Amino acid sequence: MIKIVKRDQPSRAIFFLTPILAIFLTLVAGGLIFYIIGFKPFEALKFFFIVPIADMYGFSELLLKATPLCLIAIGLSFCFKSNNWNIGAEGQLTFGAIVSGGVALIFYEQEGFYILPIVILAGAIGGMLYASIPAILKTYFNTNEILVSLMLVYVSKLILDYLVVGPWSNPEGFNFPETRQFSDSARLPILFEGLRIHAGIFLALAAVVASWFIFYKTYLGFQMKVSGFSLKTAKYAGYKGKKMIILVFLISGACAGLAGVGEITGPIGQLHREVSPDYGFTAIIVAFLGRLHPIGIIFASLIVAITYLGAETAQIFMQIPKYTGQVFQGMILFFLLASDYLLFFKIKFTGLKK
Amino acid sequence: MIIDIHFIGLIITSIMASAVPLILASCGELITERSGVLNLGVEGMMIIGAISGFAFMTVTGSLFIAVIGAMLAGVLISTIFAFLTQTLITNHVATGLALTIFGIGISAMIGKNFVGIPGKEFPVLFESLKDTIPFLSPILFGHSIVFYFAFALPFFTNYFLKKTKIGLIVRAVGDSPESASNQGINVKLVRYSCILYGGAMCGLAGAYLSMIYTPQWIENMTGGRGWIALALVVFSTWNPIKILIGAMIFGGLTIIQFHMQAMGVRVPVQFLTALPYIVTIIVLVVISRDSRKIRLSTPSSLGKSFYKDN
Repeated sequence: MIKIVKRDQPSRAIFFLTPILAIFLTLVAGGLIFYIIGFKPFEALKFFFIVPIADMYGFSELLLKATPLCLIAIGLSFCFKSNNWNIGAEGQLTFGAIVSGGVALIFYEQEGFYILPIVILAGAIGGMLYASIPAILKTYFNTNEILVSLMLVYVSKLILDYLVVGPWSNPEGFNFPETRQFSDSARLPILFEGLRIHAGIFLALAAVVASWFIFYKTYLGFQMKVSGFSLKTAKYAGYKGKKMIILVFLISGACAGLAGVGEITGPIGQLHREVSPDYGFTAIIVAFLGRLHPIGIIFASLIVAITYLGAETAQIFMQIPKYTGQVFQGMILFFLLASDYLLFFKIKFTGLKK
Repeated sequence: MIIDIHFIGLIITSIMASAVPLILASCGELITERSGVLNLGVEGMMIIGAISGFAFMTVTGSLFIAVIGAMLAGVLISTIFAFLTQTLITNHVATGLALTIFGIGISAMIGKNFVGIPGKEFPVLFESLKDTIPFLSPILFGHSIVFYFAFALPFFTNYFLKKTKIGLIVRAVGDSPESASNQGINVKLVRYSCILYGGAMCGLAGAYLSMIYTPQWIENMTGGRGWIALALVVFSTWNPIKILIGAMIFGGLTIIQFHMQAMGVRVPVQFLTALPYIVTIIVLVVISRDSRKIRLSTPSSLGKSFYKDN
């Protein structure tokens, strides 16, 4: 007989094991889906998860995609830990890209060591500004942050579209929806000749270290975690709830904005219509899969980044639409949430009852 | 200046047509939320409904099967959500997001073979009466059955919640699952049913888009309508009749942008497209500012899991 028993307290071992279980179940379900639509499951999974990262170039591409995911997810972990549902990181990324792109265009064809830091800072500020909208509306007008941050995603993409088609479009660009190329001084340096991986990865690593320090070594991090567990306790302890909400949104906006900077000043070097293939949404999954833990998020961003590459290879070699990547991302989150059941409940095999 | 009354009638008609998917999805979500469940997967369920309706129509050739198929697809996908949130007690927000991401992906995967196929003409009712009365007849006559159903739905929903016993049970479960459970009500069953009903309505809303409103399949064709439908539920303060008003306002914003472009108003097209989203934010702020009123009308257990030890 099988009996389900509630655990006295969540199991810590299972807390870190369930993400692995979730990934395994996703692979099984993914293979099943490939089988249903008429492919050999193992071969398809190989094309999806192994072929894309089999060489140096592929590995560099993996890091390239994992960088923004990791950066945004680190920022989101601040929000999610303190129970703030910022799901508009995609908008904060886009707005950060717009502001930093605008600043980079001011320095068009100029040289100077000071340009890149200003451009990076502009991106972080842009992301913060955009994240402050849902934060302020939540704290002072009691407005649902989920819906506001999400609506702002659509708005930011339309602002970007307006700018690259209209006032900021390249005058010599034959009406392509893109700006002029930024000057080299406004670009994040490429790390290895012939690969696309750029210095943005250091921004992500810095964010990982900083977030680890804030979470586990400061009083502020402690306050955030307490507010996440119970708002009542936080209030009772006298924490400034409103300031906390605004702060976590600003942190997460800054991270998303920096991810936006990396996207436009890295390999591309200009603003164009699609600065991000929904990194802001995917990073939500990364944050959960990484258990809102800085180290976990590094691993999670690498794993989820494969779904982007896999979707591209699968599109080229198997003519499967690239949206398949999203199917996998959705499934990972489903299975992760489902396996959390094991955190709180034990399944006991009690043998046959007499 | 002569105001063409017939023209105004046509504009109102087009506003109503664009309000239909919002009404359907919001009324479905309203029932789900009234039982205490916050399902953020509306966008995902709608897009699944859109591709399923279109696919069933193309494959079977029957519009009836297509509409039913879209609703069943909505039910099927919402079952995943119901199982996770109710049986495995997962977080509603995260599960709903997963549902939307998954839905968009899987719809594009299914839809690959249906891109570029022309849709079918959907039969309309009372077509012969369309030219009888100058202003009223285009508004009243010559629409699909889904259109009439959508405009009746808020009134049915209102009646159901306020006057029927099952409606009362749904509200009780949403306001206090503990007391409802102590009264012998099966909370899990009620919530499961409400989630699946919401899925059916979102599926229908999607099918309306791909089969009637713009009869074709385009990837991501719901374009954020699911999220606006979610905002409408807050806007309505969980009152179905107000959904009707809200949906007309948002339908109006969509239609006005076409007419402003046609009239050559010199506003960037992106600004007009962004208008519904910006207005949603403003409306949410205005509605939510009064935190007491929101607290009174929100189902008390909204988004909270309920677990009962056996």
